[in-house]
Amino acid sequence: MSSSQNKTLIEVNNLSKLFRVGKGRTLKAVNDVSFFIREGETLGMVGESGCGKSTVGRTLLRLYEPSGGEVKFEGKDIYKLSASEMKAIRRDMQMIFQDPYASLNPRLTVNDIIGEALDIHNLAKNRAERKARVAELLQLVGLNAEHANRYPHEFSGGQRQRIGIARALAVNPKFIVCDEPISALDVSIQAQVVNLLKELQRKMGLTYLFIAHDLSMVKYISDRVAVMYLGKLVELAESETLYEEPLHPYTRALLSAVPIPDPDSETQKRRIVIKGDLPSAIDPPSGCPFRTRCPLAKEVCAQEMPPLIEHRPGHYAACHFAGEPLPKQEGIVSAG
Amino acid sequence: MKSDNKLRNSSKGQNAQPLLEVEDLHVSFDVRGGEVQAVRGVNMVINKGEVVGIVGESGCGKSVTAQTLMRLIPSPPSRVKKGSIRFAGEDVLKKSEKEMQQLRGGRMGMIFQDPMTSLNPTMTVGRQITENLIRHRNMSMKEAHKRGVEMLNLVGIPLAETRMKQYPHEFSGGMRQRVMIAIALACDPELLIADEPTTALDVTIQAQILEVMKELRSRLNTSIMLITHDLGIVADVCDKVIVMYAGQVAETGTVHEIFTNPKHPYTQGLLESIPRLDDDKSQPLVPIPGTPPDLIKPPTGCAFAARCKYTMDICTRVDPGLFECSSTQSARCWLNHEMAKEVHA
Amino acid sequence: MSNLHLTKNHEEQHAAASTDRHQHLNLKPEDFRKIDTSDLNAEVISRESVSVWRDAMERVISNKLAMICLFILIAITVMSVIGPWLTPYDYQTNDLSSTNQPPSKEHWFGTDELGRDMFERTWMGASISLRVGLFAALIDLVIGIIYGGIMGYFGGRVDEIMNRAAEILYSIPTLLIVILLVVVMQPSLFTIVLAIGITGWVNMAWIVRGQVMQLKNQEYVLASRSLGASASRIIFRHLIPNAMGPIIVTLTLTVPSAIFAEAFLSFLGLGVQSPAASWGTMIEDARSAMKVFPWRIFFPALFISLTMLAFNIFGDALRDAFDPKLKR
Repeated sequence: MSSSQNKTLIEVNNLSKLFRVGKGRTLKAVNDVSFFIREGETLGMVGESGCGKSTVGRTLLRLYEPSGGEVKFEGKDIYKLSASEMKAIRRDMQMIFQDPYASLNPRLTVNDIIGEALDIHNLAKNRAERKARVAELLQLVGLNAEHANRYPHEFSGGQRQRIGIARALAVNPKFIVCDEPISALDVSIQAQVVNLLKELQRKMGLTYLFIAHDLSMVKYISDRVAVMYLGKLVELAESETLYEEPLHPYTRALLSAVPIPDPDSETQKRRIVIKGDLPSAIDPPSGCPFRTRCPLAKEVCAQEMPPLIEHRPGHYAACHFAGEPLPKQEGIVSAG
Repeated sequence: MKSDNKLRNSSKGQNAQPLLEVEDLHVSFDVRGGEVQAVRGVNMVINKGEVVGIVGESGCGKSVTAQTLMRLIPSPPSRVKKGSIRFAGEDVLKKSEKEMQQLRGGRMGMIFQDPMTSLNPTMTVGRQITENLIRHRNMSMKEAHKRGVEMLNLVGIPLAETRMKQYPHEFSGGMRQRVMIAIALACDPELLIADEPTTALDVTIQAQILEVMKELRSRLNTSIMLITHDLGIVADVCDKVIVMYAGQVAETGTVHEIFTNPKHPYTQGLLESIPRLDDDKSQPLVPIPGTPPDLIKPPTGCAFAARCKYTMDICTRVDPGLFECSSTQSARCWLNHEMAKEVHA
Repeated sequence: MSNLHLTKNHEEQHAAASTDRHQHLNLKPEDFRKIDTSDLNAEVISRESVSVWRDAMERVISNKLAMICLFILIAITVMSVIGPWLTPYDYQTNDLSSTNQPPSKEHWFGTDELGRDMFERTWMGASISLRVGLFAALIDLVIGIIYGGIMGYFGGRVDEIMNRAAEILYSIPTLLIVILLVVVMQPSLFTIVLAIGITGWVNMAWIVRGQVMQLKNQEYVLASRSLGASASRIIFRHLIPNAMGPIIVTLTLTVPSAIFAEAFLSFLGLGVQSPAASWGTMIEDARSAMKVFPWRIFFPALFISLTMLAFNIFGDALRDAFDPKLKR
């Protein structure tokens, strides 16, 4: 666990990313988001599909050019770097992807997939050194080094995900964006990968941005958690605090929606079910994006976007009525 | 929620009538380099009015079993090698394709994982509901329409009259899955097979669908076979659980038994490897090491032996078969043998 | 309390029943000793290692029809090289004493109106036709892949401009280009190849563009980008190899269409000039006397059809092999 005294590794200020979707319309995937990540910590990022969490991860690594805002890595704004400076800094910032099937080039052997990282940055002097380094990386992630000459499709999902981790580690990064690294894996394999990530963090002092929609896993792995909704950061807090005393009504609904693997669980019975669907990010609601589904919504919510305010030390929420009790739930199935 | 509990208890009662009985089912796929034995001797019983959860990882045979029940599995490459499936006393495997069409959508309803592709995009939602009713229930257009509106209301779709005239693309993912449920339930099926019905949906939408399913369970007396990999969902809605591993039933029991007193190390492993939202995180996750066996050549002995933390000498040699642990619970594990209890006491 | 007792009793009964079931095994307590599973659990991959390439190749090899076609193509290619050496004649020597001979021991495929040996001329034609096909494929491959790869990868404005240029080129009829070229240059093999090549690659470029656009959002490409890979590395190491299936299929269809285009142009008199022969010129020569001396048109027509059919069937087989989803 990182202590809060650790220095800031990444600072994100007012980051926005728009996508043009034709007919002159734009999709606000990320809308004026600010946060920071301390060295050695894991910041979890949760939200439902289309909330912009993956876009944040990709824009953070400059895989997408931002539409506005800045990202400072160790104090340097990465969007102002030249191509060669950017290439150098890419060694420090890596990514692990969601789909263990799509994230490895099917035409290359594992040796070449991991070796590519070494080639690009000239980290191996000759073939023998490259091979030795790949073997070392495979062992680091718990894979059999003898399988280096095999192709990705011969491995299981969990094994492929570990190959992806080995590739990211090949350049000795400081920071890794984990973009839903376990959501495509089977339950029994998820814990393997999560434990591996935790172990690597401890050994190598890594900093993670852990993006996921599985709230229980995010709670388990993260020091702090950020909740996104429709391109906006709506709540950010220490993970225990967020799960025990969520302030934003969306966070509360999200937490209560997770089915708990215990048939006798009492929290299960008191589930908060929010009505309706996610609005379109092309034409988001005015004011607070959550107001169309929010049980607390009042007039002011439609007029003003509530700013992200630090309600308690380290606990931020963007809601006009943060922490207010939710009204009693009525059945969502129409009564008959 | 009281009625909910009552229902769970009643289904455990003695006079439960079996609706679906699967006996010693073996299904294989022909692939390059051999035969994948996807289902290897599955037995299961679903009683009337019961909600049975089938859990297991990808490749454990849960979806293949369900698809075989409805005879929806393409053959070749798959073939049923052995076993019988009895639905309301009739042998499903002996039916002609025409008789199966009567059964599917009529007495057997189904919901699939992907609500985006399981509706026909060129037909209005109303037509997709009424078509089934006209075919299976011999209803007139008018009756069918009335019933369709009723069903959409039942699954919580507002403005049902208007919605009947709309096309699937005008519905969101969660709404489409509700439509799928409405279609599946319109003909009052005796059995509803739901294959990962909420996996493609977001948690808040999943919560809505689960509420719909729970509500419907208490209102209609439909048996539900719910296939999922999410233990939370099972705990939430099921009466009985079947845990599958490597094409076999690893353990079966009531929800309570499976979650509080699992008798198979795989079930225990699954429960230990998922973090719980209501736990504090100091408890480390215990992953199950390794990967499931390749079913081109399934291991002799227990399929889980290579990943188990209690593996004994016998496990690698002889398949344990199911040990009955109570009248409702049984587990495919040698640890339940008397001698194992003595040796490890 | 009594309830608990009951279950326990129950459990014992069941345990007893299952013990009976295993009676025949003669189980002893040592069978239940705990064993070390670390070797069982080594995550060894047991299936044989197969690359995507080899997998596709094996699929093609197991396709009998495709293999027959491949054999025909190889046979025609071999004959185009050694065929002329098998008879004492050569393709351009006239022998006015034996014109329009039917196939015989001396002239296996007969002779034409100038007494030239048809067997010689058929294989001479084969070598010209195959060369046209080969060069057209080569131009396709080089220009099409680079042009299409750049269009697809960079997208946006670059794609728009390059695509427009390709469209303009594509909209000019090939025949018009050939006629213009023939007017400017002499009608020859080179002119024909140039004419076919100028417009032919556009199709390949579009195929590559489509593939690249689809593949460039794959996560392995993002992974490579996040490692700092250059555009050329991504295009040539990640994108093109993964688009190889459709590229090869397009190539196998380019070859016969180029051969056909050559035959067609030669037929119009815009192709290779006498005394050189291609299948197209031979058909044109034989056309007027078709009813009287049918063998003169039979052999070139047979081989041109056979070649095109073989290429088409083989191309289909390759497509199936590279995209097994189409066919189980």
